Amino acid sequence: QKVSVEVLDHLEHLALVDFRDSEGVERLHKAIQFADQLHEVNTDGVEPMDSVLEDRCLYLREDDVTEGNCTKELLENAREKVEEYFVAPPGNIPLPKLEERETFLQGS
Amino acid sequence: LAPWAPVVGLEIHAQISSNSKLFSGSQVQFAAPPNSLVSFFDASLPGTLPVLNRRCVEAAVMTGLALNCSINKKSLFDRKHYFYADLPAGYQITQQRVPIAVNGCLSYSLCIDSKMSQMVTKTVRIKQIQLEQDSGKSLHDDTRSQTLVDLNRAGVGLMEVVMEPDVCCGEEAAAAVRELQLILQTLGSSQAVMAEGQLRVDANVSVHHPGEPYGVRTEVKNINSIRFLAKAIDYEIQRQIEELENGGTILNETRAFDSKLGCTVPMRDKEGKQDYRFMPEPNLPPLILYDTKSLPANMNHQQVINIDWIHERLPDLPSVKRKKLVEKYGILPEHSFTLLNEDGLAEFFESVVKRTQMKPKKVIGWILNDLLSYLKQHSLTVKESPVSSFLLGDLLNLLEKKEISSTAAKQVFAELWKGEGKTPLEIVKEQKLGLLQDQKELEQICQAVIDGQENE
Repeated sequence: QKVSVEVLDHLEHLALVDFRDSEGVERLHKAIQFADQLHEVNTDGVEPMDSVLEDRCLYLREDDVTEGNCTKELLENAREKVEEYFVAPPGNIPLPKLEERETFLQGS
Repeated sequence: LAPWAPVVGLEIHAQISSNSKLFSGSQVQFAAPPNSLVSFFDASLPGTLPVLNRRCVEAAVMTGLALNCSINKKSLFDRKHYFYADLPAGYQITQQRVPIAVNGCLSYSLCIDSKMSQMVTKTVRIKQIQLEQDSGKSLHDDTRSQTLVDLNRAGVGLMEVVMEPDVCCGEEAAAAVRELQLILQTLGSSQAVMAEGQLRVDANVSVHHPGEPYGVRTEVKNINSIRFLAKAIDYEIQRQIEELENGGTILNETRAFDSKLGCTVPMRDKEGKQDYRFMPEPNLPPLILYDTKSLPANMNHQQVINIDWIHERLPDLPSVKRKKLVEKYGILPEHSFTLLNEDGLAEFFESVVKRTQMKPKKVIGWILNDLLSYLKQHSLTVKESPVSSFLLGDLLNLLEKKEISSTAAKQVFAELWKGEGKTPLEIVKEQKLGLLQDQKELEQICQAVIDGQENE
Protein backbone atom coordinates (compact mmCIF):
# COMPACT_ATOMS: atom_id res chain seq x y z
CA GLN A 1 0.00 0.00 0.00
CA LYS A 2 1.56 3.26 -1.13
CA VAL A 3 1.35 6.55 0.68
CA SER A 4 -0.47 9.11 -1.50
CA VAL A 5 1.14 12.24 -2.86
CA GLU A 6 -1.36 14.31 -0.85
CA VAL A 7 -0.17 12.74 2.41
CA LEU A 8 3.49 13.14 1.45
CA ASP A 9 2.88 16.80 0.61
CA HIS A 10 0.96 17.24 3.87
CA LEU A 11 3.88 15.74 5.83
CA GLU A 12 6.37 17.98 4.08
CA HIS A 13 4.30 21.02 5.09
CA LEU A 14 3.77 19.90 8.66
CA ALA A 15 7.20 18.63 9.54
CA LEU A 16 9.33 20.46 6.99
CA VAL A 17 10.93 17.19 6.02
CA ASP A 18 12.09 16.76 2.44
CA PHE A 19 11.52 13.36 0.92
CA ARG A 20 13.81 14.57 -1.84
CA ASP A 21 13.47 11.66 -4.25
CA SER A 22 11.76 8.30 -4.84
CA GLU A 23 14.40 6.60 -2.65
CA GLY A 24 13.34 8.77 0.29
CA VAL A 25 9.70 7.81 -0.23
CA GLU A 26 10.64 4.15 -0.57
CA ARG A 27 12.48 4.36 2.75
CA LEU A 28 9.27 5.71 4.29
CA HIS A 29 7.29 2.77 2.86
CA LYS A 30 9.77 0.30 4.28
CA ALA A 31 9.57 1.97 7.70
CA ILE A 32 5.78 1.69 7.66
CA GLN A 33 6.00 -1.94 6.63
CA PHE A 34 8.41 -2.62 9.47
CA ALA A 35 6.11 -0.98 12.04
CA ASP A 36 3.03 -2.75 10.62
CA GLN A 37 4.46 -6.05 11.92
CA LEU A 38 3.06 -4.97 15.27
CA HIS A 39 -0.41 -5.78 13.90
CA GLU A 40 0.51 -9.48 13.79
CA VAL A 41 0.46 -9.63 17.56
CA ASN A 42 -2.89 -10.19 19.27
CA THR A 43 -3.19 -7.34 21.73
CA ASP A 44 -6.81 -7.90 22.82
CA GLY A 45 -7.20 -6.85 26.44
CA VAL A 46 -3.62 -5.53 26.69
CA GLU A 47 -3.00 -1.92 27.86
CA PRO A 48 -0.98 -0.15 25.16
CA MET A 49 2.50 0.81 26.23
CA ASP A 50 3.52 4.18 24.90
CA SER A 51 6.71 4.64 26.86
CA VAL A 52 9.44 2.37 28.13
CA LEU A 53 9.45 4.70 31.11
CA GLU A 54 5.97 3.70 32.23
CA ASP A 55 7.18 1.96 35.39
CA ARG A 56 9.69 4.64 36.26
CA CYS A 57 8.94 7.22 38.87
CA LEU A 58 8.31 10.72 37.55
CA TYR A 59 10.72 12.87 39.53
CA LEU A 60 9.14 15.95 41.15
CA ARG A 61 11.30 19.01 41.53
CA GLU A 62 10.98 21.54 44.39
CA ASP A 63 9.65 24.95 43.29
CA ASP A 64 12.98 26.81 43.59
CA VAL A 65 14.54 29.24 41.14
CA THR A 66 17.79 27.60 40.07
CA GLU A 67 18.38 28.74 36.49
CA GLY A 68 17.97 31.56 34.05
CA ASN A 69 19.81 34.88 33.99
CA CYS A 70 21.95 33.89 31.02
CA THR A 71 20.65 36.30 28.38
CA LYS A 72 24.08 36.93 26.91
CA GLU A 73 24.88 33.26 26.44
CA LEU A 74 21.51 32.51 24.85
CA LEU A 75 21.74 35.42 22.43
CA GLU A 76 25.16 34.27 21.27
CA ASN A 77 23.31 31.63 19.28
CA ALA A 78 21.13 34.16 17.50
CA ARG A 79 22.00 35.22 13.99
CA GLU A 80 20.09 38.44 14.51
CA LYS A 81 19.11 40.20 17.66
CA VAL A 82 17.57 43.51 18.63
CA GLU A 83 18.33 44.80 22.10
CA GLU A 84 18.11 41.33 23.79
CA TYR A 85 15.21 40.05 21.77
CA PHE A 86 15.56 37.23 19.28
CA VAL A 87 14.56 38.31 15.78
CA ALA A 88 12.24 36.22 13.65
CA PRO A 89 10.44 36.83 10.35
CA PRO A 90 7.06 38.59 10.67
CA GLY A 91 5.15 35.30 10.53
CA ASN A 92 5.50 31.68 9.62
CA ILE A 93 6.86 31.20 6.13
CA PRO A 94 4.95 28.15 4.94
CA LEU A 95 6.30 25.75 2.39
CA PRO A 96 4.98 26.82 -1.03
CA LYS A 97 2.08 24.74 -2.39
CA LEU A 98 2.88 21.56 -4.30
CA GLU A 99 2.23 23.24 -7.68
CA GLU A 100 4.53 26.10 -6.82
CA ARG A 101 7.64 24.34 -5.64
CA GLU A 102 10.26 22.22 -7.26
CA THR A 103 9.79 18.75 -5.86
CA PHE A 104 9.89 15.31 -7.36
CA LEU A 105 6.48 14.76 -5.77
CA GLN A 106 5.03 16.81 -8.59
CA GLY A 107 5.86 14.18 -11.13
CA SER A 108 4.29 11.37 -9.07
CA LEU B 1 -38.63 33.14 12.29
CA ALA B 2 -37.40 30.19 14.33
CA PRO B 3 -35.56 31.13 17.53
CA TRP B 4 -31.77 30.88 17.66
CA ALA B 5 -29.97 29.07 20.46
CA PRO B 6 -26.42 30.36 20.92
CA VAL B 7 -23.83 27.90 22.24
CA VAL B 8 -20.60 29.02 23.92
CA GLY B 9 -17.73 26.75 24.95
CA LEU B 10 -15.00 28.45 26.97
CA GLU B 11 -11.33 27.47 27.10
CA ILE B 12 -9.45 29.18 29.89
CA HIS B 13 -5.68 29.26 30.37
CA ALA B 14 -4.63 30.17 33.89
CA GLN B 15 -0.96 30.78 34.65
CA ILE B 16 0.08 28.81 37.68
CA SER B 17 1.31 30.89 40.60
CA SER B 18 4.72 29.36 41.24
CA ASN B 19 8.30 30.53 41.72
CA SER B 20 9.71 28.54 38.84
CA LYS B 21 8.47 27.13 35.56
CA LEU B 22 6.65 23.88 34.83
CA PHE B 23 9.62 21.89 33.59
CA SER B 24 12.61 24.08 34.45
CA GLY B 25 14.08 26.10 37.29
CA SER B 26 13.93 29.53 35.69
CA GLN B 27 11.90 32.19 37.45
CA VAL B 28 8.28 33.09 36.76
CA GLN B 29 7.87 36.85 36.80
CA PHE B 30 5.93 39.46 34.87
CA ALA B 31 7.78 42.28 33.09
CA ALA B 32 11.43 41.29 33.51
CA PRO B 33 14.21 42.22 31.06
CA PRO B 34 13.71 40.22 27.85
CA ASN B 35 15.16 36.72 27.82
CA SER B 36 16.52 37.03 31.36
CA LEU B 37 14.26 34.35 32.83
CA VAL B 38 15.16 31.67 30.30
CA SER B 39 17.03 28.45 30.96
CA PHE B 40 18.70 26.28 28.33
CA PHE B 41 15.67 23.98 28.40
CA ASP B 42 13.27 26.89 27.84
CA ALA B 43 15.33 27.92 24.83
CA SER B 44 15.10 24.35 23.61
CA LEU B 45 18.85 23.84 23.37
CA PRO B 46 19.78 20.25 22.56
CA GLY B 47 20.60 17.96 25.45
CA THR B 48 18.09 19.47 27.88
CA LEU B 49 15.23 17.57 29.48
CA PRO B 50 11.97 18.51 31.26
CA VAL B 51 11.82 18.10 35.06
CA LEU B 52 8.31 18.46 36.53
CA ASN B 53 7.69 21.12 39.20
CA ARG B 54 5.83 19.66 42.19
CA ARG B 55 4.10 22.94 43.04
CA CYS B 56 2.48 23.05 39.57
CA VAL B 57 1.00 19.59 40.08
CA GLU B 58 -0.37 20.61 43.49
CA ALA B 59 -1.92 23.74 41.97
CA ALA B 60 -3.69 21.65 39.33
CA VAL B 61 -4.95 19.13 41.91
CA MET B 62 -6.28 21.94 44.15
CA THR B 63 -8.06 23.52 41.21
CA GLY B 64 -9.49 20.18 40.09
CA LEU B 65 -10.82 19.48 43.58
CA ALA B 66 -12.31 22.96 43.91
CA LEU B 67 -14.12 22.42 40.60
CA ASN B 68 -15.52 19.05 41.73
CA CYS B 69 -13.42 17.09 39.24
CA SER B 70 -12.25 13.51 39.39
CA ILE B 71 -8.50 13.60 39.77
CA ASN B 72 -6.80 11.10 37.50
CA LYS B 73 -4.33 9.18 39.63
CA LYS B 74 -2.41 8.45 36.46
CA SER B 75 -2.11 11.19 33.85
CA LEU B 76 0.17 11.46 30.82
CA PHE B 77 2.15 14.13 29.00
CA ASP B 78 2.07 14.62 25.23
CA ARG B 79 3.70 16.77 22.60
CA LYS B 80 1.57 19.08 20.48
CA HIS B 81 3.55 20.10 17.38
CA TYR B 82 3.32 23.37 15.51
CA PHE B 83 5.81 25.91 14.25
CA TYR B 84 5.93 29.40 15.68
CA ALA B 85 8.83 31.69 16.57
CA ASP B 86 7.85 31.84 20.26
CA LEU B 87 7.77 28.04 20.58
CA PRO B 88 11.45 27.18 20.22
CA ALA B 89 11.03 23.40 20.56
CA GLY B 90 8.46 23.25 17.75
CA TYR B 91 6.08 21.54 20.17
CA GLN B 92 4.28 22.27 23.42
CA ILE B 93 4.24 19.71 26.24
CA THR B 94 0.60 19.27 27.24
CA GLN B 95 -1.82 16.58 28.43
CA GLN B 96 -4.00 15.59 25.52
CA ARG B 97 -4.78 11.90 26.14
CA VAL B 98 -5.20 11.65 29.90
CA PRO B 99 -5.26 15.02 31.70
CA ILE B 100 -4.86 15.47 35.43
CA ALA B 101 -8.55 16.21 36.19
CA VAL B 102 -11.87 15.54 34.43
CA ASN B 103 -15.64 15.86 34.76
CA GLY B 104 -16.16 18.71 37.16
CA CYS B 105 -18.62 21.56 37.46
CA LEU B 106 -18.60 25.24 38.31
CA SER B 107 -21.58 27.03 39.86
CA TYR B 108 -22.01 30.73 39.33
CA SER B 109 -24.74 33.29 39.90
CA LEU B 110 -26.44 35.82 37.68
CA CYS B 111 -28.68 38.75 38.56
CA ILE B 112 -32.06 38.39 36.91
CA ASP B 113 -32.66 42.11 36.96
CA SER B 114 -30.41 45.13 36.89
CA LYS B 115 -31.20 46.02 40.49
CA MET B 116 -29.31 42.94 41.71
CA SER B 117 -32.23 41.90 43.84
CA GLN B 118 -32.83 38.49 42.34
CA MET B 119 -30.08 36.01 41.71
CA VAL B 120 -30.20 32.71 39.88
CA THR B 121 -27.61 29.94 40.12
CA LYS B 122 -26.27 28.27 37.00
CA THR B 123 -23.70 25.56 36.42
CA VAL B 124 -21.23 24.89 33.67
CA ARG B 125 -19.62 21.46 33.34
CA ILE B 126 -15.85 21.23 33.33
CA LYS B 127 -14.65 18.77 30.72
CA GLN B 128 -11.07 18.63 31.93
CA ILE B 129 -8.10 20.44 33.40
CA GLN B 130 -4.68 19.83 31.91
CA LEU B 131 -1.16 20.94 32.73
CA GLU B 132 0.76 22.51 29.87
CA GLN B 133 3.58 24.90 28.98
CA ASP B 134 3.06 28.53 28.08
CA SER B 135 4.78 29.88 24.96
CA GLY B 136 7.08 32.86 24.73
CA LYS B 137 5.92 36.29 23.61
CA SER B 138 6.06 37.68 20.09
CA LEU B 139 6.25 41.41 19.53
CA HIS B 140 5.31 42.24 15.97
CA ASP B 141 7.32 45.04 14.39
CA ASP B 142 5.41 45.71 11.21
CA THR B 143 7.58 48.67 10.17
CA ARG B 144 10.72 46.55 9.99
CA SER B 145 8.78 43.47 8.95
CA GLN B 146 10.09 41.34 11.79
CA THR B 147 9.01 39.73 15.04
CA LEU B 148 10.90 40.18 18.29
CA VAL B 149 10.79 37.13 20.54
CA ASP B 150 11.03 37.13 24.33
CA LEU B 151 11.13 33.66 25.89
CA ASN B 152 10.63 34.74 29.52
CA ARG B 153 7.13 33.31 29.42
CA ALA B 154 8.13 30.15 27.55
CA GLY B 155 7.66 27.14 29.81
CA VAL B 156 5.62 28.86 32.53
CA GLY B 157 3.06 26.39 33.90
CA LEU B 158 -0.53 26.71 32.72
CA MET B 159 -3.74 25.01 33.77
CA GLU B 160 -6.06 24.79 30.81
CA VAL B 161 -9.66 24.57 31.99
CA VAL B 162 -11.91 23.26 29.23
CA MET B 163 -15.63 23.83 29.75
CA GLU B 164 -18.51 22.06 28.07
CA PRO B 165 -20.65 24.34 25.86
CA ASP B 166 -23.22 25.02 28.59
CA VAL B 167 -23.01 28.79 28.41
CA CYS B 168 -25.34 30.66 26.10
CA CYS B 169 -24.44 34.35 26.17
CA GLY B 170 -21.84 36.94 27.11
CA GLU B 171 -23.33 37.67 30.53
CA GLU B 172 -23.21 34.01 31.57
CA ALA B 173 -19.66 33.63 30.27
CA ALA B 174 -18.52 36.70 32.19
CA ALA B 175 -20.14 35.50 35.42
CA ALA B 176 -18.68 32.00 35.06
CA VAL B 177 -15.17 33.29 34.36
CA ARG B 178 -15.42 35.79 37.21
CA GLU B 179 -16.33 33.00 39.62
CA LEU B 180 -13.47 30.85 38.31
CA GLN B 181 -11.13 33.80 38.79
CA LEU B 182 -12.26 34.22 42.40
CA ILE B 183 -11.81 30.50 43.05
CA LEU B 184 -8.30 30.49 41.60
CA GLN B 185 -7.36 33.55 43.64
CA THR B 186 -8.79 32.03 46.81
CA LEU B 187 -6.87 28.79 46.23
CA GLY B 188 -3.74 30.71 45.30
CA SER B 189 -3.18 28.33 42.38
CA SER B 190 -3.24 31.31 40.02
CA GLN B 191 -3.38 35.05 40.61
CA ALA B 192 -5.61 35.10 37.53
CA VAL B 193 -5.06 38.77 36.67
CA MET B 194 -6.31 39.11 33.09
CA ALA B 195 -4.46 42.34 32.48
CA GLU B 196 -1.14 40.58 33.12
CA GLY B 197 -1.99 37.64 30.93
CA GLN B 198 -2.37 35.29 33.90
CA LEU B 199 -5.89 34.41 32.78
CA ARG B 200 -6.66 34.06 29.08
CA VAL B 201 -10.05 33.12 27.72
CA ASP B 202 -10.96 31.84 24.28
CA ALA B 203 -14.61 31.43 23.35
CA ASN B 204 -15.99 28.91 20.86
CA VAL B 205 -19.27 30.32 19.57
CA SER B 206 -21.98 28.83 17.38
CA VAL B 207 -25.74 29.21 16.90
CA HIS B 208 -28.42 26.73 15.91
CA HIS B 209 -32.17 26.23 16.02
CA PRO B 210 -33.27 24.23 19.06
CA GLY B 211 -33.74 20.60 18.10
CA GLU B 212 -31.31 20.84 15.19
CA PRO B 213 -27.62 19.89 15.33
CA TYR B 214 -25.02 22.41 16.52
CA GLY B 215 -23.93 25.00 13.97
CA VAL B 216 -20.40 25.66 12.71
CA ARG B 217 -18.34 27.28 15.42
CA THR B 218 -15.79 30.06 15.37
CA GLU B 219 -13.07 30.54 17.93
CA VAL B 220 -12.76 34.03 19.37
CA LYS B 221 -9.38 35.05 20.82
CA ASN B 222 -7.59 38.16 22.02
CA ILE B 223 -10.04 38.99 24.79
CA ASN B 224 -8.34 41.05 27.49
CA SER B 225 -10.94 41.57 30.17
CA ILE B 226 -14.13 40.05 31.52
CA ARG B 227 -16.11 42.98 30.21
CA PHE B 228 -14.73 42.45 26.70
CA LEU B 229 -15.43 38.72 27.00
CA ALA B 230 -19.16 39.42 27.28
CA LYS B 231 -19.02 41.96 24.44
CA ALA B 232 -17.03 39.71 22.13
CA ILE B 233 -19.36 36.76 22.64
CA ASP B 234 -22.53 38.78 22.20
CA TYR B 235 -21.13 40.44 19.08
CA GLU B 236 -20.14 37.10 17.56
CA ILE B 237 -23.53 35.55 18.33
CA GLN B 238 -25.24 38.48 16.64
CA ARG B 239 -22.86 38.38 13.67
CA GLN B 240 -23.52 34.69 13.11
CA ILE B 241 -27.30 35.08 13.39
CA GLU B 242 -27.30 37.96 10.90
CA GLU B 243 -25.05 36.07 8.51
CA LEU B 244 -27.25 32.98 8.61
CA GLU B 245 -30.50 34.92 8.33
CA ASN B 246 -29.09 36.62 5.23
CA GLY B 247 -28.50 33.22 3.68
CA GLY B 248 -24.75 33.19 4.36
CA THR B 249 -22.63 30.50 6.00
CA ILE B 250 -20.33 30.49 9.01
CA LEU B 251 -16.69 29.56 8.41
CA ASN B 252 -14.92 27.39 10.97
CA GLU B 253 -12.29 30.04 11.62
CA THR B 254 -10.43 31.86 14.34
CA ARG B 255 -11.43 35.44 14.95
CA ALA B 256 -9.85 38.13 17.08
CA PHE B 257 -11.84 40.58 19.17
CA ASP B 258 -11.08 44.19 18.33
CA SER B 259 -11.86 46.08 21.51
CA LYS B 260 -11.71 49.50 19.85
CA LEU B 261 -14.26 48.61 17.19
CA GLY B 262 -16.21 46.26 19.46
CA CYS B 263 -16.32 43.52 16.85
CA THR B 264 -14.61 40.28 15.86
CA VAL B 265 -12.39 40.07 12.78
CA PRO B 266 -10.83 37.06 11.05
CA MET B 267 -7.35 36.43 12.43
CA ARG B 268 -4.45 36.59 10.06
CA ASP B 269 -1.85 33.89 9.68
CA LYS B 270 -4.01 30.91 10.52
CA GLU B 271 -2.95 28.21 8.10
CA GLY B 272 -6.21 26.30 7.82
CA LYS B 273 -6.96 23.33 10.05
CA GLN B 274 -3.91 22.48 12.11
CA ASP B 275 -2.64 18.94 12.42
CA TYR B 276 -0.77 18.88 15.71
CA ARG B 277 0.58 15.33 15.32
CA PHE B 278 0.14 14.55 19.02
CA MET B 279 2.58 12.01 20.39
CA PRO B 280 3.44 10.83 23.91
CA GLU B 281 6.22 12.89 25.53
CA PRO B 282 9.02 10.33 25.49
CA ASN B 283 11.00 12.00 28.29
CA LEU B 284 8.34 11.91 30.99
CA PRO B 285 6.89 8.83 32.68
CA PRO B 286 3.22 8.89 33.71
CA LEU B 287 2.34 11.25 36.57
CA ILE B 288 1.10 9.16 39.48
CA LEU B 289 -0.88 10.75 42.31
CA TYR B 290 -1.87 9.03 45.53
CA ASP B 291 -4.54 9.21 48.18
CA THR B 292 -4.43 8.05 51.77
CA LYS B 293 -5.44 4.53 50.80
CA SER B 294 -2.93 4.06 48.03
CA LEU B 295 -0.04 5.89 49.68
CA PRO B 296 3.14 3.83 49.25
CA ALA B 297 4.86 2.99 52.52
CA ASN B 298 8.50 3.53 51.75
CA MET B 299 8.57 6.48 49.39
CA ASN B 300 10.33 9.76 50.00
CA HIS B 301 7.40 12.02 50.92
CA GLN B 302 8.79 14.84 48.79
CA GLN B 303 8.15 12.62 45.77
CA VAL B 304 4.58 11.84 46.74
CA ILE B 305 1.48 13.92 46.14
CA ASN B 306 -1.49 12.91 48.32
CA ILE B 307 -4.80 14.10 46.91
CA ASP B 308 -6.60 13.65 50.27
CA TRP B 309 -3.96 15.72 52.06
CA ILE B 310 -4.54 18.54 49.58
CA HIS B 311 -8.33 18.19 49.86
CA GLU B 312 -8.22 18.56 53.64
CA ARG B 313 -6.29 21.80 53.32
CA LEU B 314 -8.45 23.54 50.71
CA PRO B 315 -9.52 26.98 51.93
CA ASP B 316 -13.18 28.06 51.99
CA LEU B 317 -14.26 28.65 48.40
CA PRO B 318 -16.12 31.88 47.50
CA SER B 319 -19.51 30.13 47.57
CA VAL B 320 -18.84 28.89 51.11
CA LYS B 321 -17.51 32.29 52.21
CA ARG B 322 -20.67 33.97 50.93
CA LYS B 323 -22.90 31.55 52.75
CA LYS B 324 -20.99 32.11 55.97
CA LEU B 325 -21.27 35.90 55.61
CA VAL B 326 -25.02 35.65 55.09
CA GLU B 327 -25.45 33.31 58.05
CA LYS B 328 -23.15 35.18 60.42
CA TYR B 329 -24.23 38.73 59.67
CA GLY B 330 -27.79 38.37 58.36
CA ILE B 331 -27.00 40.20 55.13
CA LEU B 332 -28.65 39.37 51.81
CA PRO B 333 -27.08 36.87 49.37
CA GLU B 334 -26.60 39.59 46.76
CA HIS B 335 -24.69 41.62 49.36
CA SER B 336 -22.33 38.73 49.91
CA PHE B 337 -21.65 38.65 46.18
CA THR B 338 -20.67 42.29 46.10
CA LEU B 339 -18.50 41.87 49.19
CA LEU B 340 -16.50 39.08 47.57
CA ASN B 341 -16.41 40.75 44.19
CA GLU B 342 -14.19 43.58 45.44
CA ASP B 343 -10.76 42.60 46.66
CA GLY B 344 -10.58 43.25 50.41
CA LEU B 345 -14.16 44.48 50.82
CA ALA B 346 -15.37 41.51 52.86
CA GLU B 347 -12.45 41.92 55.26
CA PHE B 348 -13.16 45.66 55.49
CA PHE B 349 -16.82 44.98 56.29
CA GLU B 350 -15.97 42.46 59.01
CA SER B 351 -13.43 44.85 60.48
CA VAL B 352 -16.05 47.63 60.71
CA VAL B 353 -18.60 45.27 62.24
CA LYS B 354 -16.08 44.36 64.94
CA ARG B 355 -15.43 47.97 65.76
CA THR B 356 -19.00 49.22 65.96
CA GLN B 357 -22.16 48.41 67.88
CA MET B 358 -24.22 49.09 64.78
CA LYS B 359 -25.95 45.98 63.47
CA PRO B 360 -24.21 44.34 60.48
CA LYS B 361 -27.44 44.69 58.48
CA LYS B 362 -27.10 48.46 58.81
CA VAL B 363 -23.34 48.51 58.37
CA ILE B 364 -23.65 46.75 55.03
CA GLY B 365 -25.58 49.71 53.64
CA TRP B 366 -22.68 52.02 54.45
CA ILE B 367 -20.18 49.62 52.92
CA LEU B 368 -22.05 48.94 49.70
CA ASN B 369 -23.69 52.31 49.10
CA ASP B 370 -21.38 54.90 50.57
CA LEU B 371 -17.90 53.42 50.69
CA LEU B 372 -18.12 51.39 47.50
CA SER B 373 -19.63 54.17 45.40
CA TYR B 374 -16.91 56.58 46.56
CA LEU B 375 -14.25 54.01 45.69
CA LYS B 376 -15.76 53.43 42.26
CA GLN B 377 -16.11 57.15 41.54
CA HIS B 378 -12.43 57.67 42.25
CA SER B 379 -11.30 54.36 40.73
CA LEU B 380 -9.73 53.20 43.97
CA THR B 381 -9.34 49.74 45.38
CA VAL B 382 -10.37 48.93 48.95
CA LYS B 383 -6.71 48.90 49.94
CA GLU B 384 -6.35 52.47 48.64
CA SER B 385 -9.36 53.76 50.57
CA PRO B 386 -8.60 57.02 52.41
CA VAL B 387 -11.25 55.99 54.93
CA SER B 388 -10.02 53.05 57.00
CA SER B 389 -12.32 50.52 58.62
CA PHE B 390 -11.40 52.04 61.99
CA LEU B 391 -12.51 55.52 60.99
CA LEU B 392 -15.74 54.23 59.49
CA GLY B 393 -16.35 52.13 62.60
CA ASP B 394 -15.92 55.20 64.81
CA LEU B 395 -18.26 57.23 62.60
CA LEU B 396 -20.95 54.56 62.73
CA ASN B 397 -20.64 54.46 66.50
CA LEU B 398 -21.43 58.18 66.70
CA LEU B 399 -24.47 57.55 64.55
CA GLU B 400 -25.54 54.52 66.54
CA LYS B 401 -25.25 56.41 69.81
CA LYS B 402 -27.39 59.13 68.25
CA GLU B 403 -24.69 61.74 68.75
CA ILE B 404 -25.18 62.76 65.11
CA SER B 405 -27.99 62.42 62.60
CA SER B 406 -27.66 60.24 59.54
CA THR B 407 -27.47 63.33 57.34
CA ALA B 408 -24.63 64.62 59.45
CA ALA B 409 -22.97 61.22 59.25
CA LYS B 410 -22.94 61.44 55.46
CA GLN B 411 -21.34 64.85 55.74
CA VAL B 412 -18.67 63.54 58.06
CA PHE B 413 -18.04 60.66 55.68
CA ALA B 414 -17.53 63.07 52.80
CA GLU B 415 -15.05 64.98 54.96
CA LEU B 416 -13.23 61.80 56.01
CA TRP B 417 -12.89 60.94 52.36
CA LYS B 418 -10.53 63.89 51.91
CA GLY B 419 -8.06 61.84 53.91
CA GLU B 420 -6.79 64.78 55.98
CA GLY B 421 -6.22 62.58 59.00
CA LYS B 422 -9.06 63.98 61.13
CA THR B 423 -11.13 61.63 63.22
CA PRO B 424 -14.94 61.59 62.94
CA LEU B 425 -15.24 63.19 66.39
CA GLU B 426 -12.92 66.03 65.39
CA ILE B 427 -14.94 66.70 62.24
CA VAL B 428 -18.21 66.68 64.18
CA LYS B 429 -16.80 69.24 66.62
CA GLU B 430 -15.31 71.38 63.84
CA GLN B 431 -18.49 71.53 61.81
CA LYS B 432 -20.75 71.58 64.84
CA LEU B 433 -22.68 68.58 63.59
CA GLY B 434 -23.37 67.14 67.02
CA LEU B 435 -26.99 66.42 67.95
CA LEU B 436 -28.02 68.24 71.02
CA GLN B 437 -29.12 65.84 73.68
CA ASP B 438 -29.45 68.27 76.53
CA GLN B 439 -33.19 68.84 77.22
CA LYS B 440 -32.66 72.26 78.78
CA GLU B 441 -30.54 73.56 75.92
CA LEU B 442 -33.13 72.39 73.40
CA GLU B 443 -35.90 74.12 75.32
CA GLN B 444 -33.90 77.34 75.37
CA ILE B 445 -33.40 77.23 71.60
CA CYS B 446 -37.04 76.46 70.90
CA GLN B 447 -38.11 79.24 73.23
CA ALA B 448 -35.78 81.64 71.45
CA VAL B 449 -37.29 80.72 68.09
CA ILE B 450 -40.81 81.15 69.41
CA ASP B 451 -39.86 84.47 70.97
CA GLY B 452 -38.31 85.53 67.71
CA GLN B 453 -41.53 84.71 65.85
CA GLU B 454 -43.63 86.67 68.33
CA ASN B 455 -41.47 89.72 67.76
CA GLU B 456 -42.15 89.83 64.04
